[in-house]
Amino acid sequence: MEKIPILRMGHFLLVTIQVDLYDQLAENLEADLVSMVSKTNAKGVLIDVSSVSIIDSFMGRILGNIATMSKIMDADTVVVGMQPAVAITLVELGLPLKGVYTALNVERGMQLLRSKILLEEEDEEEEYDNDGADSIE
Amino acid sequence: MTTTAPIVLNRDSITVSRETDVVPFRSRVKEHAVKIGMSLLNQTKLITGASELVRNMLKYGNGGIVKIEVLSRGRDSGIRLIFEDKGPGIPDINKAMTDGFTTGKSMGLGLPGTKRLMNEFNIQSEVGVGTTVTVIKWKNG
Repeated sequence: MEKIPILRMGHFLLVTIQVDLYDQLAENLEADLVSMVSKTNAKGVLIDVSSVSIIDSFMGRILGNIATMSKIMDADTVVVGMQPAVAITLVELGLPLKGVYTALNVERGMQLLRSKILLEEEDEEEEYDNDGADSIE
Repeated sequence: MTTTAPIVLNRDSITVSRETDVVPFRSRVKEHAVKIGMSLLNQTKLITGASELVRNMLKYGNGGIVKIEVLSRGRDSGIRLIFEDKGPGIPDINKAMTDGFTTGKSMGLGLPGTKRLMNEFNIQSEVGVGTTVTVIKWKNG
């Protein structure tokens, strides 16, 4: 059985899609990714689609699902490296890819995920500060 | 531009009965599109549209046959795809062509979205007999 490998790198999960996915493979990837997010406590998922020549409404829905499901599990999803022709086609098809962060390449995608983690940590720190202030009063 | 009927230069057909037939079908369409020198953008639009239609055919029509024709019209050339299934047919084509309408659990973009990606789009359906969708993408369209 073919499988799309999922690599773990620190707080993130990396997926590079190198083949044109048929439906079952895409659905398996969705399930595998979500269970990996839960298993590894990942904070971000980076999906590289630079070798994908076709994203139709089914594949678009899978990407959207992965982002929504990961978000529920407290992880952000970034899709990187989309080919220009694929982006144009997606928009004409009417597929907005809502809730999915995108970046031009893997490097920028990683930056985006890192900045999100940093923001979250800052938020948490602020919360602790407030707690401290409350107890003093 | 002359409005003469296009000439069919080459005919091919492929049976699609299972989900795993979709990827080979897409590669076949791509081969023909590359052979006539279609731009990458038009190739992508053609194959994405073809993928939507073939998925509809599998989901609602229990599979069928796709005819791939290489067309020539004046100086332009193109690809015509004819999707034929013997499924239950579509009772209300106008409704099926509306953005967001679906009887399944998809997003209902398949038919209207594909129409936007193609240069010519024709759908004929008879309840109980089947559905035929014909699309053309011109090389320079």
